[in-house]
Amino acid sequence: MSGMLIRGAHVVDPSQGIDEVMDIELAEGRIVRLGRGLTADGLETIDAQGLYAMPGLIDMHVHLREPGLEYKETIRTGTAAAAKGGFTAVCCMPNTSPVNDNAAVTTRILDIARREGSVKVYPIGAITKGQQGREITEAAELKDAGCVALSDDGRPVADSRKMMLAMQYAAAFGLKLISHCEDLTLAEGGDMNEGAVSTRLGLRGIPAAAEEIMVARELMLAGQLGLPVHIAHVSTARALSMIRWAKDNGIQVTCESCPHYFAATEELVDGYSTYTKVNPPLRTEADRQAVARAIADGTVDAIVTDHAPHHRDDKLVEYHQAANGISGIETSLALSYTYLVKPGILSLPRMVEAMSCTPARILGLEGGTLKPGAPADVTLADLNTEYAICAQDFASKGKNTPFDGWKVTGRAVATLVNGRIAYRFDG
Amino acid sequence: MVKKQKDLLGLRGVSAEQITEILDTAARLKSILSAPNKKTPHLQGKSIVTLFYENSTRTRMSFELAAKYMSGVAANISASTSSVAKGETLIDTGRTLDAMGTDIIIIRHPMSGAPHLLSQYTRASVINAGDGMNEHPTQALLDMLTMREKLGSLKGLHVAIIGDVLHSRVARSNIWGLRTMGAEVTLSGPPTMMPPCLEQMGVRVTSRVEEAVRDADVVMGLRIQLERQQAGLFPSVREYHARFGLNDERLALAKPHALVMHPGPMNRGVEISSFLADGPDSVIQEQVTNGVAVRMAVMFLLTRRGEA
Repeated sequence: MSGMLIRGAHVVDPSQGIDEVMDIELAEGRIVRLGRGLTADGLETIDAQGLYAMPGLIDMHVHLREPGLEYKETIRTGTAAAAKGGFTAVCCMPNTSPVNDNAAVTTRILDIARREGSVKVYPIGAITKGQQGREITEAAELKDAGCVALSDDGRPVADSRKMMLAMQYAAAFGLKLISHCEDLTLAEGGDMNEGAVSTRLGLRGIPAAAEEIMVARELMLAGQLGLPVHIAHVSTARALSMIRWAKDNGIQVTCESCPHYFAATEELVDGYSTYTKVNPPLRTEADRQAVARAIADGTVDAIVTDHAPHHRDDKLVEYHQAANGISGIETSLALSYTYLVKPGILSLPRMVEAMSCTPARILGLEGGTLKPGAPADVTLADLNTEYAICAQDFASKGKNTPFDGWKVTGRAVATLVNGRIAYRFDG
Repeated sequence: MVKKQKDLLGLRGVSAEQITEILDTAARLKSILSAPNKKTPHLQGKSIVTLFYENSTRTRMSFELAAKYMSGVAANISASTSSVAKGETLIDTGRTLDAMGTDIIIIRHPMSGAPHLLSQYTRASVINAGDGMNEHPTQALLDMLTMREKLGSLKGLHVAIIGDVLHSRVARSNIWGLRTMGAEVTLSGPPTMMPPCLEQMGVRVTSRVEEAVRDADVVMGLRIQLERQQAGLFPSVREYHARFGLNDERLALAKPHALVMHPGPMNRGVEISSFLADGPDSVIQEQVTNGVAVRMAVMFLLTRRGEA
């Protein structure tokens, strides 16, 4: 494959402390060098003046739905959506049908991804067989097949002893556990955050404590064992305080949050739009601000989308009946830029770190950097033009977003994976 | 004006003028109920369907009789016999009823917000006859009509609502309606049955029933579902009645001849003593009568949509 020159982009690469206008030369799917006034001599050139170039964004929490739930999303459409959102790699959760709890399913996912995927796909295996919370999965084989972490995702391991054993076992093979924190005895049957709005709307509440109790448990288990744990989609102020405390006290914890937890609150549920239904639920304004602050101060390591595409049939029903989840991978960059960087809560390098460098580091993935020799995974973004989010234009099959019509700034203009253009904005 | 509205989904956001218009209309139409010939042409040529996903006797009967007294055509669907059991969605059921020329769909549903969803997909007017824990607007309207008849005006009234507020759509509709009409509302019950942040709805909350009832003009008991005991919301019927039930001693703290109300059906000896329910200050039977009048008014006004 021949080379390429990205000319005149504002390069933001926190892995090298770069935040200035530069050219980037790519060849053979890798970064060759960065510098000013690089010469093209016959290389294909992208004029990137006025655009920002960053290490390809990595979303370590998505749902691609394949195998089994192709009516909601496929690896082809999900990765096309990822590329459109500026992502060069995604980690897909195991709650497919069948569950990704054995090497055969992992291999199948990777096969399809190689043939049909627009971006890199890293599967996350289940912690327990069938996500049933009983027998642990064959972590060694899952790791060899290509899984980069283990999680029971939406069906948290309720039994603390099982969780502890799984953490120990997986660590032997270098796999981290990602915990979706939810005490089901508190959360089950709930529709939205418990508080003023659930009272006003007569919807069943999910108390913040349902998440916080499980976060506390995972922190104590990680502390007890001296092993790492990653907390998925943190949404409450108290959970963040505990994680901050844990980090200060030597517990090996990392965590993530999602754009809907810093761009929206429970007030959005008023009107009963099922596109606002997500788990954990949209929280209070105080929680929203706490999430934004925690991303800024590093308590939250990574911004992820929890991209959860659904068919309209799963959403055009009563609120209580509706599926949880937001199709988020095509709005993440825009919401992060608009709600964190633009108002000055986050620097642009910190945003890139949370959306690229840190996810790569947490899971030991290649990428997350534009250092010479690294894969040529690059996101070129326009961070100046304001536009309205349009769900109908999503590449994802899932049009389920509460942000349809919202005015935002920030959009991927080109997404390069291994030096190849996986997506290009055509106006 | 109500005539401009398509639906009655709840009392939240309904203005004092609109509530007054409904109550005034109900007061006029009520005379039909005591007439020897209970028939008027107000709903002639209109078709009304009750779509009930939960069991109900009084509310459904009340709507159906109201429709029939006004010469409307009333039909009913219940969840167990309908295509709902075959997996039809609420939206499809609504469209089907639309296609059959239905003018008003009266829906009761165990899930909050279901009438709102239905109304977005139907041409027919939708009346909420109770959705989950959210609202039951015609119940609150009949309660307000009863209070207004007995006490003159709603403005400045002290209304105590006692019981399982958490699960009560009757409580929520009354809170919205009474606050809009300028009444003061105090809620009481076991803290396990009080949703959080209730004060933000403009009401007082206390776990001491005596405090809520003191100097009240109206004392309203809410139905306790006995299965809430298994769920751990209260320890026993005995203790519930002793600490939170409405009885003579507690009523004595209210203003003389304070109204005793209950949306029914009652658990006698649990949330309300029989002496109170059958006592001289009980207006529970009038509530039932006013229910028919209020439903006549709401259906009549909604079918005037588009008229001057």
